[in-house]
Amino acid sequence: MGEKVLMKGAEAIAEAAIRAGCMAFFGYPITPQNETPEYFSRRMPQVGRVFLQAESEVAAINMVYGAACTGTRVITTSSSPGISLMQEGFSYIANSNVPCVVVNVMRGGPGLGDIAPAQADYNQATKGGGHGDYHSIVIAPHTVQEAADIMFKAFELADKYRIMVVMLMDGLMGQMMEPVEFREWVDVKNNKVPVWATVGQGERGQRNIITSLEILAEGLEKMDIALQEKYKEIKSGEVCCEEYMMDDAEYAITAFGTVARISKTVVDLARERGIKAGLIRPVTVWPFPDKVFEKRAEQVKFFFDVEMNEGQMLLDVRLSVNGKKPVYYYGRLGGIVPSAEEMLGELEKLAGGKNENII
Amino acid sequence: MKTLYKVPGAITDTPTTYCPGCPHGVAHRIIGELLDEMQLTKKTVIVWPVGCSVFGYYFIDTDAVEAAHGRACAMATGIKRTHPESFVITYQGDGDLASIGIAETIHAAARGERICVIYVNNGNYGMTGGQMAPTTLLGQVTTTSPYGREAHANGFPLKVPEMLAAIDGPAYIARGSLDNAKHIIQAKKFIRKAFKVQVNNLGFSLVELISSCPTNWKMTPEESLERIRKQVLPVFPIGELKVDEGVA
Repeated sequence: MGEKVLMKGAEAIAEAAIRAGCMAFFGYPITPQNETPEYFSRRMPQVGRVFLQAESEVAAINMVYGAACTGTRVITTSSSPGISLMQEGFSYIANSNVPCVVVNVMRGGPGLGDIAPAQADYNQATKGGGHGDYHSIVIAPHTVQEAADIMFKAFELADKYRIMVVMLMDGLMGQMMEPVEFREWVDVKNNKVPVWATVGQGERGQRNIITSLEILAEGLEKMDIALQEKYKEIKSGEVCCEEYMMDDAEYAITAFGTVARISKTVVDLARERGIKAGLIRPVTVWPFPDKVFEKRAEQVKFFFDVEMNEGQMLLDVRLSVNGKKPVYYYGRLGGIVPSAEEMLGELEKLAGGKNENII
Repeated sequence: MKTLYKVPGAITDTPTTYCPGCPHGVAHRIIGELLDEMQLTKKTVIVWPVGCSVFGYYFIDTDAVEAAHGRACAMATGIKRTHPESFVITYQGDGDLASIGIAETIHAAARGERICVIYVNNGNYGMTGGQMAPTTLLGQVTTTSPYGREAHANGFPLKVPEMLAAIDGPAYIARGSLDNAKHIIQAKKFIRKAFKVQVNNLGFSLVELISSCPTNWKMTPEESLERIRKQVLPVFPIGELKVDEGVA
């Protein structure tokens, strides 16, 4: 690790990606994440790598797809409406088994929505989003430091499983300035083209074809099953979840990203008032840490899910808890970030047995 | 003994999936011959489209990727930018390139991406059963223009090379035709130039190939080639539309 530098989240993830060996960025401007492509546009030429502003998000993700087919570490960053446009490409990338990293700095929706921080793309990100049976690995950091660390991990996972890895963030994390310390640079001097990549056959002995097409249903079913096998492997080995003050907790708050960060304060405030709260923070929201919820369902009186959406992760929490304990929800929509005080108020009402927000 | 005719090395033994009389096979052969002659096969990546040539990678023996509908130029951009030493071709039909993929095509051309685009125009969506395309002629009957294409309702045939020749990015733009031997030889010359543009790192090149679709035009192969000469070429005249300095 090097020295600590004060950086905006939006720039820290770009610098982390570059240090993680990202060789190419393709993207299209959209608020609230423009600082990221702007940073890439300055830095990529300095380190002899590719920055290209595409004509649309549709083109950007297909440039990413092409670059991914060459086995190059490649990234795009966007925000909710732009991510919607990229879904076609995500689906093709999934069934082509090529690696890439995508950052979604979520904003309020649906439609053009607003440019304030939101978490309303959880379902889209974790359930696939485009057509067909597929998943991407989806990671939700809650601090700038964690985002910078996860960027390295994201490229490693993408390469390991030949899969798209999504970093699910929001505008608050992008704009926040925090001290950040970067991992060592990944050495790219001796980068080799993977054996499966399509860069021209050369001396390989046989040609490579990358396609998501298999016209025979029996053949496509085999491809689909192979994808599901890959997802099983990822589920068994790559789940990541942070638990905060959960050892003796009677009430488990659960949240991801920005809300999880606020939730830590809520846990501290609640404990000052004698309410034994803890936090379960899924870091990978896909694969979802269902075992953690299963286990804690034996211990806590209830779960309290807080999100900046209408309760999207809530469904995964409920599936994991499987009716063993109540799961309550509180959320703000449209780009409103819930305050620690309002969350604490809701928790106190629940712990005291009264709450009009129980659904 | 002198060899007068053989299957190019870059063409596979796999029987094509094209209809009888379809000129896609001719277009493939031209590409195969040129990859052989210019010794490009081993460094080539072809980006195949969605359309009749969606299975093109079974027939031309190079590394290949299969793009989403219309996105070939964007995908080719991603490949070429990250692997400039690869020789990158897109092979696209008129629905793929001129309709759903027109934005990707124009911007790849405007950026002068060092890729070659082979654009096969048969005036309709062949794969899906002969629907109207942006290139369908006025008055032409298709499954979605059953009364003939009308300008006031469906607009005019889109002339992609003329559009691209008007912007600064491309190094070489031409239109050939696959209707007879003379034109096929000329088309091969155009494509050779296009390939040279990329070999010499000069920029973007596109060659449109006027083709036929006997099945969906509901004509014999001979009649469909005759239709090209009588009806299509007057609207889509063949020739070179942009030849930058240095292109040989």
